[in-house]
Amino acid sequence: MLNRRNFLTAAVGVAAATGLAACAKEDDSPAGSTSGGSKALVLGFSQVGSESGWRSANTDSVKSAAKEAGYTLKFSDAQQKQENQISAIRSYITQGVDVIAFSPVVVTGWDAVLKEAKAKKIPVVLTDRSVETSDESLFVTLVGSDFTDEGRRAAKILEKVLEKAGHKGAVKIAQLEGTTGAAPAIERAKGFKEVMEADHADDWKIVVSQTGDFTRAGGKQVMAAFLQSNPDINVLFAHNDDMGIGAIQAIEAAGKKPGKDILIVTIDGVKDGFVAMSEGKINAIVECNPLLGPQLMEVVQKVKDGETVERWIKTKEGDFMQDQAKAALPTRKY
Amino acid sequence: MTTTPRWRALTQHHLFWPVAVLVVLLLINVPFTPDFFSIKMTDGHLYGSLVSIVLFGSPLILVAVGMTLVIATGGIDLSVGAVVAITGALTCSYISDRSDQDALSGVFLAMGIGLVAAVVCGLWNGFLVARMGIQPIIATLIIMVAGRGVAQLITDGQIITINSEPYKLIGGGYWLTLPFSIFVVAAVVAVTVALTRRTALGLLVESVGGNAEASRLVGIRSRRIKIMVYVFCALCAGIAGLMISSNTSAADGNNAGLWIELDAILAVVIGGTSLLGGRFSIGGTVVGALVIQTLTTTIYTIGVPTQTNLVFKAAVVIVVCLLQSPKFRAKVFGARFGSGPGANGSGTSAATPADTTPTTAAAPKMEVS
Repeated sequence: MLNRRNFLTAAVGVAAATGLAACAKEDDSPAGSTSGGSKALVLGFSQVGSESGWRSANTDSVKSAAKEAGYTLKFSDAQQKQENQISAIRSYITQGVDVIAFSPVVVTGWDAVLKEAKAKKIPVVLTDRSVETSDESLFVTLVGSDFTDEGRRAAKILEKVLEKAGHKGAVKIAQLEGTTGAAPAIERAKGFKEVMEADHADDWKIVVSQTGDFTRAGGKQVMAAFLQSNPDINVLFAHNDDMGIGAIQAIEAAGKKPGKDILIVTIDGVKDGFVAMSEGKINAIVECNPLLGPQLMEVVQKVKDGETVERWIKTKEGDFMQDQAKAALPTRKY
Repeated sequence: MTTTPRWRALTQHHLFWPVAVLVVLLLINVPFTPDFFSIKMTDGHLYGSLVSIVLFGSPLILVAVGMTLVIATGGIDLSVGAVVAITGALTCSYISDRSDQDALSGVFLAMGIGLVAAVVCGLWNGFLVARMGIQPIIATLIIMVAGRGVAQLITDGQIITINSEPYKLIGGGYWLTLPFSIFVVAAVVAVTVALTRRTALGLLVESVGGNAEASRLVGIRSRRIKIMVYVFCALCAGIAGLMISSNTSAADGNNAGLWIELDAILAVVIGGTSLLGGRFSIGGTVVGALVIQTLTTTIYTIGVPTQTNLVFKAAVVIVVCLLQSPKFRAKVFGARFGSGPGANGSGTSAATPADTTPTTAAAPKMEVS
């Protein structure tokens, strides 16, 4: 009995220590060079976590852009927990950094800590995701993607894809949605539908739509079922590349040619997506760019200098067709 | 009332209700997918809805079979999803480092490394449960939570894509026109059934689940049996992990096998194994896993809106569980379907140790469906 209790105490102790270490996980990367003797701008950045390849590319971009700009970056990883993120922001306030930037884990619950920052006159910049707050003055701006617009762009690029393939007749679309309830899933579907209903109300139709949870396995399984119930599908719109890649495997298993028998448009632009596109299996990719570091640094400088900036600074993103895939492939970092 | 003894015996068979639900679910698909039952040859392999169901359901069947034995000892293993992720991550990251990803020796070594890791996880669970006396739900929670972190550490938070033809076979390839995973599942199920029903092992597992202390006193090494079932369960999860990563040729530390532990427990329950331990039915579990996979496919094909997916799933599961209860059946359908002289009315119509013949008979049935 005593042994068991000791063991449990030890286990709890170890867990607590790991937790503390995680909270304290913060690395200071000093400015590359503080030119001219002036003090380098200090930026406190709290990241959501490292849940996907997209996210780690995002982190790398912020780190390298800060180094290039010569800022001192105080970086912390919230490991998908809001309390970690709040304590990181608090510590930035105490340290008196020049600007705080963060990618909020969740949408609500930020008022208290943002008010503390405001009281200390430290401007706050959001990246990638937004927050809901009662007081709009609590953050200066959001640097991030417009998911609804990505949906619209996907529909627009599908027009080009259909034209290029010389497609005639009804367009029967299968849609693979992202995780149910996630902002990118809701808004991408909304944007796509908007364009479809406005311009193609009579010839385009979404015949089946189901969530693939943003994963390859999900995309493959759902697409396999779609191909059984609706064998006449001729277009696939996937909310991210990974589901598209999974669906490609299902299409091949059904004896059809992805990119020819079924035209495929996806969103994100991860490396594997470009590989599939260069093999002719994806027809077009709408980029959702995680490399927003340089844009963020520009905004941070402006905010520091007291210039007014727009409330929402949209990430620079491109749309890619198959013929651009080979050229773009070596530049994909993530 | 023309209740023939044969009909009575049939409805009181422990596999009757799970199989009935499976058949009903399959039939529901027909109006939505007219050629649902048709199977045709495509690119040298069989292709059709039924083939897809078995192919995508294979990992779940494996995990659920392992889970059945753990539950039979009165335990539970929540860590299987994380073990799936760890095995897939280790194997794929090893293969992706090879210069020649198609080399058989490299693929076998990679699979070996993955499965050894799975066995280590199982030993750890068994050690905590049997030696330290920690509640199974807590003991296995450790790897459930931490294991996914380990998997992400191995994959560096990225999805590792591999390009290995031999590795693709185990979860996504075809052999003798059938998905290769069917043969793996059939082998594992056959070995499990043989070991538990042709030897005394099954009886020992059930007696440990019935009363661990009493079993120890009559000379059964109950701790050793417990460790063994956790290792077996982890090994099954490891093989499932190989299948899942092989099916998409990629290891996704974050999402591979996510929530599979809950589906596996559900499959075990639908199959008629009591969560209290002490009795189990491998055949029932296989049918249960097929019911869940068919349900998932049905949701995709009949066009349930995404927001109501889970509600639909919940409704079906509730109906299945109610049908499984002899008391409920007696109340609703009358004595004909309810607890007759043979059934015990204890809430679940679980298999008894004497059920050797029907259980073994159920194994080949899986290959047909």
